[in-house]
Amino acid sequence: MTAVRLKDIRKSYGSVKVVHGIDLEIDEGEFVVFVGPSGCGKSTLLRMIAGLEDISGGTLEIGGEVVNDVPPSKRGIAMVFQSYALYPHMTVYDNMAFGMRIARETKQEIDRRVHAAANVLQLTDYLDRLPKALSGGQRQRVAIGRAICRDPRVFLFDEPLSNLDAALRVATRIEIAKLSEAMPNTTMIYVTHDQVEAMTLADRIVVLSGGRIEQVGAPMELYERPANLFVAKFIGSPAMNIIPATLIGSGAKTTLALPGNRQVTLDIPTAESKKGATVSFGVRPEDLTVTTSEDFIIEGTISIIEALGEVTLLYVEVPSSEEPLIAKLPGNQPFQRDEKIRLTAHATKLHVFDAEGKALR
Amino acid sequence: MQQLLFALFTMIVGVAACAAYFIVSNWILDRIFPSKSRSGAVASRNLRITNMIRPWLFLAPALLALTVYLLYPVIESAWLSFHGKDGRQFVGLGNYRWMINDGEFRQSILNNFLWLLIVPAAATFFGLIVAALTDRIWWGNIAKSLIFMPMAISFVGASVIWKFVYDYRAEGTEQIGILNAIVTWFGGAPEAWITLPFWNNIFLMVILIWIQTGFAMVILSAALRGIPEETIEAAVIDGASGLQIFFKIMIPQIWGTIAVVWTTITILVLKVFDIVLAMTNGQWNTQVLANLMFNWMFRGGGDFGRGATIAMIIMMLVIPIMIWNIRNAAKEMEGR
Repeated sequence: MTAVRLKDIRKSYGSVKVVHGIDLEIDEGEFVVFVGPSGCGKSTLLRMIAGLEDISGGTLEIGGEVVNDVPPSKRGIAMVFQSYALYPHMTVYDNMAFGMRIARETKQEIDRRVHAAANVLQLTDYLDRLPKALSGGQRQRVAIGRAICRDPRVFLFDEPLSNLDAALRVATRIEIAKLSEAMPNTTMIYVTHDQVEAMTLADRIVVLSGGRIEQVGAPMELYERPANLFVAKFIGSPAMNIIPATLIGSGAKTTLALPGNRQVTLDIPTAESKKGATVSFGVRPEDLTVTTSEDFIIEGTISIIEALGEVTLLYVEVPSSEEPLIAKLPGNQPFQRDEKIRLTAHATKLHVFDAEGKALR
Repeated sequence: MQQLLFALFTMIVGVAACAAYFIVSNWILDRIFPSKSRSGAVASRNLRITNMIRPWLFLAPALLALTVYLLYPVIESAWLSFHGKDGRQFVGLGNYRWMINDGEFRQSILNNFLWLLIVPAAATFFGLIVAALTDRIWWGNIAKSLIFMPMAISFVGASVIWKFVYDYRAEGTEQIGILNAIVTWFGGAPEAWITLPFWNNIFLMVILIWIQTGFAMVILSAALRGIPEETIEAAVIDGASGLQIFFKIMIPQIWGTIAVVWTTITILVLKVFDIVLAMTNGQWNTQVLANLMFNWMFRGGGDFGRGATIAMIIMMLVIPIMIWNIRNAAKEMEGR
């Protein structure tokens, strides 16, 4: 069943358009992550779903009902903010109970729900405390508890982990994942700029850029088959290496001419008409391996070595490219600066994008 | 023109003299305890000594001024309050005994309490309302400037303005006071507003409220803007109405600031003097403590002892509120 349906959703501030017609269907119980660089409109989109921003155009349905003009509290949503947004003058208990008190729930019901939420989030010992007496992670748990108490159909998270330190971020991320498993019928929409959060939490990721959807898909789909250059570069760290190339052979397999008089053949069929086109050849740093044979893709000189223990990053200067190529090799690697190396990759791990940045498949 | 030039000249000389004091005194200090071009031990000893003396050297003018204009008058007033008319004959608690039984003093204390109850409450309340409302409209800043403007008018100046507002002309003649003009336009009879016992107190208070609302508004407006927007959005999602958000989310978050504004105006009200002096001079049951003190001290009364006694009472009323105010303000600072 569709929980949230966005039809041609638009947002503009005066003459400035920030969201350019988003179409998206989110199923009940699904965990969807909006991801994209700052200013891509992901938070605006979330705030429109919440009802904190007016919708300039299009329709928004929650639970099969058009809610464009329904106030936030009646949409069956709950939101967790980046800054926690706890009421500083209220205890943890009152923070969680506030919404229910406004809705005039009975005392017993309020008490039951608050304790249930506190139990799930291990906040029972802190119910009498004020937010200022809590740590950052605890505050975020209270904010999540407040959302749970609203018993929403749709959970909205607006970069909920951004204010936490690295260790807490991981712990809270896992807690959110557990929470979503514990509530299989609750839909979750999560905004982040952190692709690790997106990859680990999402059932589906929506990659946004400049107020438009670049690609929607499962995390691995986005990683393995990026639809365009933007997604290819955005998902994965370090970003995918992009090398300008010319398409010289088409048909069932595609052959590209790379700088340095190298050729590479990919398992991707292309039309005859594409022959001679300028394209972008892409390969992920972690898909590159070092080779000594003549069968390599590209050759270059190591300019920087970053040894991180678990992996080693090699920055390789290659012909006719300003940016160095990055290779991510497992473990510690015995290379020296200024050493010449040859890199190759499996034919299935290669990507090619046309002049507009669309992936050729 | 000449006066203007003279004022400018005084200002320049004053600032220059202050600067000169700091530079010259510092220079002399460095001369007496030189730290340059001396051997290590002597240099470090001299440096330590100068560092100990320098703060006091720079504070000296301020401390001197405080002693002469604040500390000495307090002690002198206390001393005077136990002495008679001319300040020589010791009378013990005589002045205080007189005061408790004096009708005019009782009247003043009562009026002061009325001022105390009404003015801070009204000014803070209106300030809060205006601050909350003007934040939402495009002409809010214009409205704020207009409401803040009375702050720039001296109390006596404001009193002159309001004297015209309350002005009374005999029935039948043209009313130049706006209040009476309105009353007669609606067919009523003109009143001599500031002579109506009890109500005239309120009419005088209106002037101070008019002045102080701007102050309360500016401080509270800043506090309201300091409230994190997300807490309000969270309350919107929780289903709170505009009024509920204002009273349950916004007001509690700026409670500390409201207390500071309230007490600051309270202290000001305890010292209220100029308005009463200019409007009624304490006639028609509008007397307040500060004006009463002024009467006994410097006018008509000519009794230093009684004047000083009333001054002591005002001081004792102000001090606890002031301590509370300073503590609250300090707490607010920490919170930021």
